Amino acid sequence: MPDGSFAHPQQRQFNPYSENGGTILAIAGADFSVIAGDTRQSEGYSIQTRYAPKVFRLTDRAVLAVNGFAADGNVFVKKVKQRLEWYRHAHAKDMPLRAIARMIQTMLYAQRFFPYYVYNILGGIEEDGSGAVYSFDPVGSYEREACRAAGAAQSLVQPFLDNQIYFKNQQSLPGQSRPLHLPLPEVLSIVIDSFTSATERHIEVGDGLEMYVVLAKGRSIQGLESFRGVQELTPNPDGDRVFVIRRELKKD
Amino acid sequence: MDHFPTSWGRQRNDAYDAYNTYPLHQRPNPGHDAFADSVQHTQQPIVTGTSVLAIVYKDGIMMAADTLASYGSLARFKSIQRLHSVGTSTVIGASGDMSDFQYLQSILDELIISEFTEGDKHELGPEEIHEYLSRVMYGRRSKMNPLWNSLLVGGKKDGKRFLAYVDLLGTTYTASTLATGYGAYIALPLLRTAVEGRENDLTEEEARKILEESMRVLYYRDARSLDKYQIAIVNDEGVTISEPQKLVTSWGFAEGIRGYGAQTQ
Repeated sequence: MPDGSFAHPQQRQFNPYSENGGTILAIAGADFSVIAGDTRQSEGYSIQTRYAPKVFRLTDRAVLAVNGFAADGNVFVKKVKQRLEWYRHAHAKDMPLRAIARMIQTMLYAQRFFPYYVYNILGGIEEDGSGAVYSFDPVGSYEREACRAAGAAQSLVQPFLDNQIYFKNQQSLPGQSRPLHLPLPEVLSIVIDSFTSATERHIEVGDGLEMYVVLAKGRSIQGLESFRGVQELTPNPDGDRVFVIRRELKKD
Repeated sequence: MDHFPTSWGRQRNDAYDAYNTYPLHQRPNPGHDAFADSVQHTQQPIVTGTSVLAIVYKDGIMMAADTLASYGSLARFKSIQRLHSVGTSTVIGASGDMSDFQYLQSILDELIISEFTEGDKHELGPEEIHEYLSRVMYGRRSKMNPLWNSLLVGGKKDGKRFLAYVDLLGTTYTASTLATGYGAYIALPLLRTAVEGRENDLTEEEARKILEESMRVLYYRDARSLDKYQIAIVNDEGVTISEPQKLVTSWGFAEGIRGYGAQTQ
């Protein structure tokens, strides 16, 4: 063509990724861990569904939250659960949390050149009975932290958590020290506030909130009993225990 | 002797793996595929179907799609069925590339036959069909060779209603009202206001009316749609796909619109 429009054959590349919104977060306490996520799934400006869970119970002491490309997320969770089942059959026990964390890094890095477009946050109880949170990037870089937010409203929620959990930019009174870990009721209110605020200011966050609470073995449910609608997911109250609390978020 | 059949007929490289100690999955790959350049992957849909709508109602699920398969802006095939029953309790509806959809139909029909020949009286329900489809779709997208469709899967088995979506990326979700394509923008808000919260009360007649009204709105606004459509119902009696029916529309109002009727500049 004189104008050169057909000089090169047209090539449109298929894009195998999409972004499905939503936000997740996790906070570790001294002997518990809270892992939460909203339940909206969206693409662009469209809400696909108001209930698509992003937080999954893996074992009696591990909960995984996934955020990013929903198709990759669901497949990834499925594969993690499968590996944990194989581990159970081989060793007659559940995989410890730090081992799950390392396994997730290996599984993510195995896809280094065609990554799962997913941000993972793993929360639960460590073998020493302490609450733990591990956060990952899509290709497997990970670290243990006290709290982490990820997803669409990460930039809204993480600074709030830095302030409320790590006491960043807060001056303590002379002679007073900051607690290393907050008690469970405080943590749960911070989680709820984080999500109601993110729902106000981010269009991809809303509809429903799912909070998973993992309690270390032997810890009383102190701090949970006052919450309405707490549902226990573990059959055995003698070991580590997992609870879920559901709340509505604004749907607009 | 090289015992690996994949290595037979190839030039032996003694410098590499002289004693044939490498396991099969670590063998050197056979250089490059001379035919790779000639293998085409679907880069865009060609003959396409537009929206599919589906809702949950009291006795089951209901799905609607028109019968048009377009070639770009050309209304190429005006009597193509885009609703397809799978087994005895599932129906799927497709928008996007119709040849990819017909390929999926043949895969699913084979699947149903191979399950039937097991003779164990077990049947795949809508949930299993949806899981299977989503694995096929995600598998193909991961090979960068997608099946270019957005699909709705609906059904009822053992008294349980099921409605879900899956597309060319392998993205899935469930809801009581679903729509693909333009339907997601135009019809879904109508369906949500009509259905959400009333899933267990809506009668078959009411559900049919809601879908018909939505199909009519789509026909008025979607330039790639047709006034001929089918409705699929899955309830305790099984799957029923209706004969094509005609939408009643009135275009009288359009006469007064500039750019449509007689010009009165």
